Amino acid sequence: MKHLLSIEQLTREEIEAILDRAESFAEVGRRDIKKVPTLRGRTVVSLFYESSTRTSSSFDLAAKRLSADVVSVKAAGSSVEKGESLKDTIATLSAYDPAAIVIRHPYAGAAQMVAGWTPASVVNAGDGKHEHPSQALLDVYTLRRRLGSLDGIKIWIVGDVLHSRVARSNLIAFARMGAEVTVCGPPTLIPRGIEELGCDVSYTLDGIEEAEVIYALRMQKERMSESFVPSLREYAANFQIDTRRLNPRQLLMHPGPVNRGVELSGEAIDSPQSLITEQVAAGLVVRMAILYELLAGGEGGATVSEGETSRPTPIGTPA
Amino acid sequence: MSLGEALDVRSGPEASLVLRRATVLDPVAGIDATHDVVVREGKIAALAAPGEADAEGAEIVEAEGLHAFPAFFDPHVHLRTPGQEHKEDVETGTRSAAAGGYCGILAMANTQPPVSTAADVSALREQARAGASVPVGFLATVSKDMEGAELTEMVELREAGAVGFSDDGLPITDAGLMRRALQYQHLCGGNIALHEEDPQLSRDGAMHEGAVSAALGLAGVPSVSESTMVARDAALAGYERARIHVQHLSAAESVEVVRAAKAAGVQISAEASPHHLCLTDEVVRSLDPHRHKMNPPLREERDRLALIEGLRDGTIECIATDHAPHQPEEKDVPFEQAAMGVTGLETAFAALHTELVLPGVIDLALLVERMAGGAEPFDLQRPSLAPGSEANVALCDLGAEWTVGEDGYESRSANSWCAGRTLTGRVLMTVAAGQVAFRLRSFSLGVAA
Repeated sequence: MKHLLSIEQLTREEIEAILDRAESFAEVGRRDIKKVPTLRGRTVVSLFYESSTRTSSSFDLAAKRLSADVVSVKAAGSSVEKGESLKDTIATLSAYDPAAIVIRHPYAGAAQMVAGWTPASVVNAGDGKHEHPSQALLDVYTLRRRLGSLDGIKIWIVGDVLHSRVARSNLIAFARMGAEVTVCGPPTLIPRGIEELGCDVSYTLDGIEEAEVIYALRMQKERMSESFVPSLREYAANFQIDTRRLNPRQLLMHPGPVNRGVELSGEAIDSPQSLITEQVAAGLVVRMAILYELLAGGEGGATVSEGETSRPTPIGTPA
Repeated sequence: MSLGEALDVRSGPEASLVLRRATVLDPVAGIDATHDVVVREGKIAALAAPGEADAEGAEIVEAEGLHAFPAFFDPHVHLRTPGQEHKEDVETGTRSAAAGGYCGILAMANTQPPVSTAADVSALREQARAGASVPVGFLATVSKDMEGAELTEMVELREAGAVGFSDDGLPITDAGLMRRALQYQHLCGGNIALHEEDPQLSRDGAMHEGAVSAALGLAGVPSVSESTMVARDAALAGYERARIHVQHLSAAESVEVVRAAKAAGVQISAEASPHHLCLTDEVVRSLDPHRHKMNPPLREERDRLALIEGLRDGTIECIATDHAPHQPEEKDVPFEQAAMGVTGLETAFAALHTELVLPGVIDLALLVERMAGGAEPFDLQRPSLAPGSEANVALCDLGAEWTVGEDGYESRSANSWCAGRTLTGRVLMTVAAGQVAFRLRSFSLGVAA
């Protein structure tokens, strides 16, 4: 695999290969020295055109744990503010000969275009409302650790599906891993035709008790002004996951950051069913696995340094 | 009045040609046979028996196995001048038209600034007389500077030579203003060409709303954003007994509205573009803004089939390219940010021949008829091969395969929706308003040899 541009491009086997790799990094993470030399001497550029805390920090840390040199560029304060086009920015950064460019961009297809402009591997860290594949992979990883397998598992994705790249990537990934997915939210926030991605659609929470996993999406305040929903209060009354609606056998997930008291009640966030902090922890190892797969693994791994095995070797441990 | 008289074109030598043994097809004139097509003094002098024409003093073109059609007429072209000559201008745009087999085009008024005054129209006409390869007509805007607030001086614009009116690029959202324009048409004449879109419904949509937009996370433009506006304007035109031309139909619902309005006696005509007739929103999955981003957007298979049915039953009387040149920097950006529009003049006939005629979806005769159907809605003479007509001829090799873009374009822009496609059928020579407007270089060399 040269690039990670979407979940749509991945087969179940490819998803599983990344998750298996992530498992081995989880083991590395429990050691005192958490760094492996895999990408020593190579450069990973992270280029974020939108604000991000967890995705950008976990990609940066993942690259550092793999011993890569990391250059982080934020659109704010960079030449982007001076009107440089994406194509020219990529040409500039490509001059540093990076092994990978991790990009988040406010528009769909940006990562795919970048892949055509640079010899580096490209990782899509979110393109508009299209896809967020690393999020979906870390969510599948989190669930697989809890449940063993997603086959036959019923998962409800609840909230603003229309504006959510997480919803799209996750529903494809969950379905590909064998889960039965329902998307749920007010009709104004469910895109027409979404069922053709292989999910059911529900405009109410009726029936959510059948779900084994509830995946709540972030509800953005600006949606109010565009009349997608009349008020946050009405949205919360109809779609908030609280401890009344969340039963003890269900698992609760959220991509963060959470609007406490809107899509989730405080109690639900802090409940034992909540996997939210596990998701964040999974983000690091899964992103290490993604970089490893693209830059050192699989058939594309011709550049693995001599003597290195496919299993990561911690620094300080004789190979 | 012939196209050459009614519109503006650079004057040059009148063609004197004999197209030997050409397969001549002009369905409207009832011609479908092999003839020597004799062009003298810029007119179709005769359709002689094959090999029999007196060719004295004329250039002989060996046309055995080639097709001669009435040249095409495109009522929807963006020449981009004034203001955006880096994309196109009168000279390059009409060269592009000639290369596509066109003998006349209408230029849209959404330039920078828009064509809103008599002086604007006069200046453009002068440019066309200086440098247009094929006759050009200019539309003026309906509302001043396309702001949708006040009518332009429509009588004066017509006196200056505006063929008709259009705010194309933008809809006329104010129904009251639309009604006033239709009332005023009884005074000024001239058809009103309409870009039908309700911006409250299309909003920031970048493609058709449906399963593909849902999968891509792109904001969608629903079909009803077009069809509701077509219905509004059909009702207004009927009420005011005025005349409208609906541009670039894209949705099945819109075709149905036009069909019903025609049946009810409304004076309404309609066009469809080659890209809407050949492609669906499935191709947008590639997120290629160069070839697949336009407004109205590519819609679903049911819409495409409805457009074809509209062509067949005459609900849609003409094919119009909506030739919309853009430079690479406006297209080398993510899909949502890219400029809308694709070029189409050089490929329209070949693309429709390849995609619709060869697979047997429509007849060659229907395609030829609809390719020239854009003149009559604007009170212009339809190109014809009947003897005595102004010579407007497209000579085509229906068997020729070519890859679009391989030899570059006559247009100043390269955002062709056909870029990279291999098409079957090629225009070899175009006679427009009695002058040779285009010869494919390899073909003309062949003739010389």
